[in-house]
Amino acid sequence: MRYLVTLKVVTQPAGPPPADLMEAIMKLGQEATESGALLDTSGLAPSSEGARVEVGGGRLIVSDGPFAEAKEMISYALYEVRTKEEAVEWASRFVKLHRDLWPGWEGEADVLRLFGPADFAPPA
Amino acid sequence: MTVADSHRAVEAVWRIESARVIAALARMVNDIGLAEELAQDALVAALEEWPRNGVPDNPGAWLTLTAKHRAIDQFRRRDTYQRKLQEIGRDMELRQEWAEAELDDALDDHIGDDLLRLIFTACHPELPVEGRLALTLRLLGGLSTAEIARAFLAPEPTVGQRISRAKRTLADKQIPIELPPPAELPARLASVLEVIYLIFNEGYAASAGEDWIRPALCQEAMRLGRVLAGLMPSEPEVHGLLALMEIQASRIPARTAADGTPILLPDQDRSRWDRLLVRRGLDGLRRAEELGTLGPYGLQAAIAACHARALTPQATDWARIAALYRLLAHLTPSSVVELNRAVAVGMAHGPERGLEIADALLDERTLRDYAHLPAVRGDLLARLGRTAEAAAEFRRAAGLTRNTRERELFQQRAAGLDQGSPPASSS
Repeated sequence: MRYLVTLKVVTQPAGPPPADLMEAIMKLGQEATESGALLDTSGLAPSSEGARVEVGGGRLIVSDGPFAEAKEMISYALYEVRTKEEAVEWASRFVKLHRDLWPGWEGEADVLRLFGPADFAPPA
Repeated sequence: MTVADSHRAVEAVWRIESARVIAALARMVNDIGLAEELAQDALVAALEEWPRNGVPDNPGAWLTLTAKHRAIDQFRRRDTYQRKLQEIGRDMELRQEWAEAELDDALDDHIGDDLLRLIFTACHPELPVEGRLALTLRLLGGLSTAEIARAFLAPEPTVGQRISRAKRTLADKQIPIELPPPAELPARLASVLEVIYLIFNEGYAASAGEDWIRPALCQEAMRLGRVLAGLMPSEPEVHGLLALMEIQASRIPARTAADGTPILLPDQDRSRWDRLLVRRGLDGLRRAEELGTLGPYGLQAAIAACHARALTPQATDWARIAALYRLLAHLTPSSVVELNRAVAVGMAHGPERGLEIADALLDERTLRDYAHLPAVRGDLLARLGRTAEAAAEFRRAAGLTRNTRERELFQQRAAGLDQGSPPASSS
């Protein structure tokens, strides 16, 4: 089963993330890759560099970022695991690093299951 | 969190950590069976403690350390004098190992090597293939005996016996838990790759049973392939095998109709192929090519890549596929490879040329009960307009296969030919 984990920040201290944190994130990413669970991951640039394309009232509207969100999405990771709990475990490890290595950081990770063949195939 | 919830959380940690815990213990106690028992004990302890006190911050280290404590306790409890003497030596060693191990837990130094040793031992050529498969899924996949039994449609006691027999063989023959010496590495690695690919194939083309595909086994094999690629990043065949599995698995969403009937490659809706797996597979193949000459798995990946790159069946580079099969036949001569070459040549250079190759295989004893020989001949004959012969071949194929879904497909092809419908659009 594939899970998309998105990391959103609520508040964070000014300045760049601590080097320790970045190093620990790299290490965890490597561990997750080597254990076969992590398929893909990337940080996301601030939404000021992005755009939004929306349809409302029958009109197509394209607007440049930044978006007025309370929480900014800062990265995603794509896991292939056997159970939801495994995806939650990886997400927890990732969020714990922020807790432990960047005091004052607050945020959240959403763990979302991606549909796969099993969702469309008849029950076995 | 309910008790069931927290048990599932512990199980998840176990799935992630068990292979590394067992691998670290196996290095210490030099006995895979004992290492697994100790790790299981640690799991039981975790199931008791974690729901009460919460999951520790470094659960893998917790499990390893708990198991190590048990190892030391066990060695202490043994009672004969002779053993006592050995024990003391062992105990000292253990203490030292343990002190070192605590450092390791911080540095994670040994883990990669430990895991590799475990993989090479579980796939040791001294073990029967079935034993290798079961032991690998158990020790490296963290699957329970019941889960393995379900995956292989085998009775649970049978799988349990295979596992315990394999462990006993390793102990009786005093097979050391170590990395093979350089001279033996290629042969030993071949066994590891074979085991992983057998697991994949058992899922991808289920040899028996109602379902044509058992995705859980495919996924476990791909995970093992990814683990191995992480541990041996400079071995081209490791990347070749992983690429092969990923490209093949990319087709799983398109390989069956809603009612479970198989859909063959030319008829698949390619928009349903899993693009992420295709991309990863093509990347892996490039990696393998950069590292050296392609071996058998790399070549098969290159063939699979030809299909993956073709947006429509008509765009398939059959000439390249036929050439790749020629290389593969040179490297690993086998009737099955030759049969596949017949298909490719039939597509690239016309059914007549393909049929020549397939016909040459008719006397092969290894293919006597192989459903795909008559199926391939049936297809080529149909394209040559020799309808009656083609129908007879598909009926033969239907009689030979053990897979229900495949049998239905062959019967349909035969029935279609009987009614004089045009050959399936396989060109």
